[in-house]
Amino acid sequence: VTFDPAYAFSVLPVILQGAWTTLVATLLGMAVALVLGLGFALAQASPRRALRAAIGFASLFLRGTPLLVQLYFLFYILPLYGVVLPPLVTGVIGLGLQYGAYVGEVYRSGIESIGVGQIEAARVLGLSRHRVWRHVILPQAFARVVPPLGNYMIGMFKSTPYLSAITVNEMLGAAMDEASQSFRYLEPMLIVGAIFTTASYAASRLLARVERGMPVRAG
Amino acid sequence: MPLGLAPDAWRLLASGLLVTVGVAVCAAVLALLTAFVVGLAQLSRRTTLRVGATVYIEFWRGASALVQLFIAFYVLPLFGIDFPPFVVAVVVLGLNVGAYGSQIVRAAVQSVAPGQREASLALGLTRAQTLRLVVAPQALPAMLAPFANEAVELLKLTAATSLITLRDLSLAARMLVQRDGHTTLVYAVELGLYFLAALPLLLLTRTAERRLRSRGRAAPALTPVNPL
Repeated sequence: VTFDPAYAFSVLPVILQGAWTTLVATLLGMAVALVLGLGFALAQASPRRALRAAIGFASLFLRGTPLLVQLYFLFYILPLYGVVLPPLVTGVIGLGLQYGAYVGEVYRSGIESIGVGQIEAARVLGLSRHRVWRHVILPQAFARVVPPLGNYMIGMFKSTPYLSAITVNEMLGAAMDEASQSFRYLEPMLIVGAIFTTASYAASRLLARVERGMPVRAG
Repeated sequence: MPLGLAPDAWRLLASGLLVTVGVAVCAAVLALLTAFVVGLAQLSRRTTLRVGATVYIEFWRGASALVQLFIAFYVLPLFGIDFPPFVVAVVVLGLNVGAYGSQIVRAAVQSVAPGQREASLALGLTRAQTLRLVVAPQALPAMLAPFANEAVELLKLTAATSLITLRDLSLAARMLVQRDGHTTLVYAVELGLYFLAALPLLLLTRTAERRLRSRGRAAPALTPVNPL
């Protein structure tokens, strides 16, 4: 078996189309995760014990079970209850849920890393609870959460191939479709592997550069 | 039958769970070995070892484990490298997770203050002795929580092996649904089983992190997450 450049070239358009879906799924999934994560973090900072416990368990459960199984669960069970969604939307929800739980932990540690003294001081100075969040906690927490969030986004990018299991034609799905028709696996699979490796390497380099340029260093 | 599942349903799920745990344990052993070899190589004085380790890490972290499994399962046999799915799963997951684990080893070793190493070298200990007697006793406990964390990721990754025809818990559940229906119930039981399998590790992570924190030592920063 040898790598056939002509065949590789002919499957490239299909794979690039898949790459577009991969990109869309990553961006939308991350948007969902960022919002959900905020919900997870705020609920776990709530004074209500029952809410803290419930959300804490939900977050642990999401982080303790495989994304693939969560995707199948959403894909096969939502329609039974009348919720019929396009596979890509189901995939985005699945990615958003799983990564939202992780993002919530990132926010939480970002918030907890700010000394209680600062918050007490701000309260003593007469800032409202709302303004303490807005002007004291969040600006500092933000600088500390960007690097781990970047890593999770790269992680999510690499998780998108699971969406092929629920019929989304992202990069791996598109390549497998091609390969199973032509029975030629070498070229499509190597192209997909190469694109993933190059893109995530470039993204992690970029993230390292952003991290170095951050005004407030985590510490 | 309780819960309305067929009489042999639990046996099917249990045998799937056994495969899942088998892959996870075997891959964890390989990952642990890889993590120490690659992590220590990255700290070596020899440039070739350092470069080799970095290339290894970037290679395995580059694409997701699922893509790597597919390449190992569909492409390598074209070159005569043909192993049963169980072996492919253990090797790919072990080498993949080992790349992430190496960063835990490196970070934990580096978290030991350089002054201690310098002092013990100045006192006449060899490099090997310094590593064994000074660095290891402090670095090893610091690795515990991140390793447990990585083990959870590994356990979750094993579900991907169902897509290369390995009959693990995930595939057993899908086959059961296809045969008998009870979709919601079977998937809920499946998720519950995965969670129960991961629970000891999740709790271990929490306890170890708390213990490190109460000793006034922060756990080494978690390395880039392993995409599941």
